[in-house]
Amino acid sequence: MDWLNAIIQGILLGGLYALFAVGLSLVFGTMRLVNLAHGDLTVLPAYIALIIVGSTARFNPLYSIPIVMVIMFVFGYLLQRGLLNFVVGSGDVAGVIVTFGLSIVIMNGLQEAFTANSQGLDAGRIENMSITLSDQLAIGWLPLIIFIMAVVVIAALNVYMGNTKMGRAFRAVSDDQEAARLMGINTKHVWAVAMGVALLIVSIGGVMMGIRTTFNPLLGADRLIFAFEAVIIGGMGSSWGTLLGGVILGVAQLLGALIFGPAWQILAGHVVFVVILALRPQGFLAKTVTA
Amino acid sequence: MSLLEIENASVFYEDFQALYDINIKIEEGDIFACIGANGAGKSTMLKTVAGVLVPKTGRILFDGQPIDHMPPYKRVELGISSVPEGRRVFPSLTVHENLLIGGYRNRKGPWTTDSIYELFPLLKPLRKRQANGLSGGEQQALAIGRALMANPRLILMDEVSLGLAPVVIKRIYEAFPILLENGCTILVVEQDVQHVLTVATHVACFLEGRIALEGRPSELTSEQITAAYFGV
Repeated sequence: MDWLNAIIQGILLGGLYALFAVGLSLVFGTMRLVNLAHGDLTVLPAYIALIIVGSTARFNPLYSIPIVMVIMFVFGYLLQRGLLNFVVGSGDVAGVIVTFGLSIVIMNGLQEAFTANSQGLDAGRIENMSITLSDQLAIGWLPLIIFIMAVVVIAALNVYMGNTKMGRAFRAVSDDQEAARLMGINTKHVWAVAMGVALLIVSIGGVMMGIRTTFNPLLGADRLIFAFEAVIIGGMGSSWGTLLGGVILGVAQLLGALIFGPAWQILAGHVVFVVILALRPQGFLAKTVTA
Repeated sequence: MSLLEIENASVFYEDFQALYDINIKIEEGDIFACIGANGAGKSTMLKTVAGVLVPKTGRILFDGQPIDHMPPYKRVELGISSVPEGRRVFPSLTVHENLLIGGYRNRKGPWTTDSIYELFPLLKPLRKRQANGLSGGEQQALAIGRALMANPRLILMDEVSLGLAPVVIKRIYEAFPILLENGCTILVVEQDVQHVLTVATHVACFLEGRIALEGRPSELTSEQITAAYFGV
């Protein structure tokens, strides 16, 4: 029963990792930018929610999510147009250096403003409610809601990418940037919208994580690695693959913790990632097309 | 007023000068052919008109309006669209989606996805196929259709015959009069002189970044063209 419990909790945790990872994958897909600040950008929304909740009397952080999403979209758009557009297309190194710097700025900015102490978002009773399956097995409502949100977000993203004019432009720019410009696409605008959408998605994961556990400004690096691992295990260019990658990572971590003890949780995830990278470097559901 | 005027344009790739004081005037309704050997500067000239490259000196006027510092998407809005060298269709998009991207700027005009399928019937059964699975000729037809979806006043075609079977090349050139009828002036770059001279109203022969010979094909002898092409 412990096993089954670890697997179920791992799957649900994977939904959270997927919520962090799809934004990373979207940004890399549309502009070939390896965004090292992505982890810190998943921490930022929890602090924005904290400000919103703190400034209003007893406001449930769940309701702050739409507001945080809008703020993060605008922030992402401006960040791209004001800074990151200048390094897209100028080689891998420039993007890595700028986003690494951005990561440090965000992390230290949050420490300066909110201290390094752990904070939490209190969503009330829902945090402790669960569905009891047997006397040894229960599923928490909160992890279940997070997982469902991940599925809904990924399905919505697929509809957006497949059926809207902007989604089509994302894919065209991803295929061939110069040809896309020649067809009348303003790539600077498209990249900025892509970054905005990525941060909008990240907001959901960031706030939900803030409700589920405590958070502090230093968590970005770990989340960046989990997001990378989920994307690579799942395969580039496939958002359902990213969900699968997140689930594999989550299950590996919790089974590792069960078998070898809690200290091994993170390492077990990394080991499984390395094994998959060695055996199937293209990931499970890669959809990348080469000309 | 000419549709496109290039005045004393010099274009550089970093320190290398690719074009020297180029002057070209293209009137509405022309089929203007730029011929020349590999590296003569023809494609550079097209890229400068499309907005991918910016001239260091000189001006480009479209319909009397200077455009040389406009980004490519604004030029598409004005009615300049491109069939890039090597086709450059979007491989992961379907044929139909490629056409829709061509119409991204929503310029009004005679061309719609339906009229493109009418012009190139071979594309119609392929509309749901990913473009990377198409043959060279199908991709070229798609690239032309995609450029037409912008409802251009001037279409820039770079090496449309490259790597294609003669029968396919013939079919593509047969579409030119239909383009003209729909108000689309054509600027075409070719290495393969033979086909393009049968349809062109004007020809400019590029040699080492300069125009060595210009005129109407009927007024030029093949000896003159050969001399200008090879610089002998």
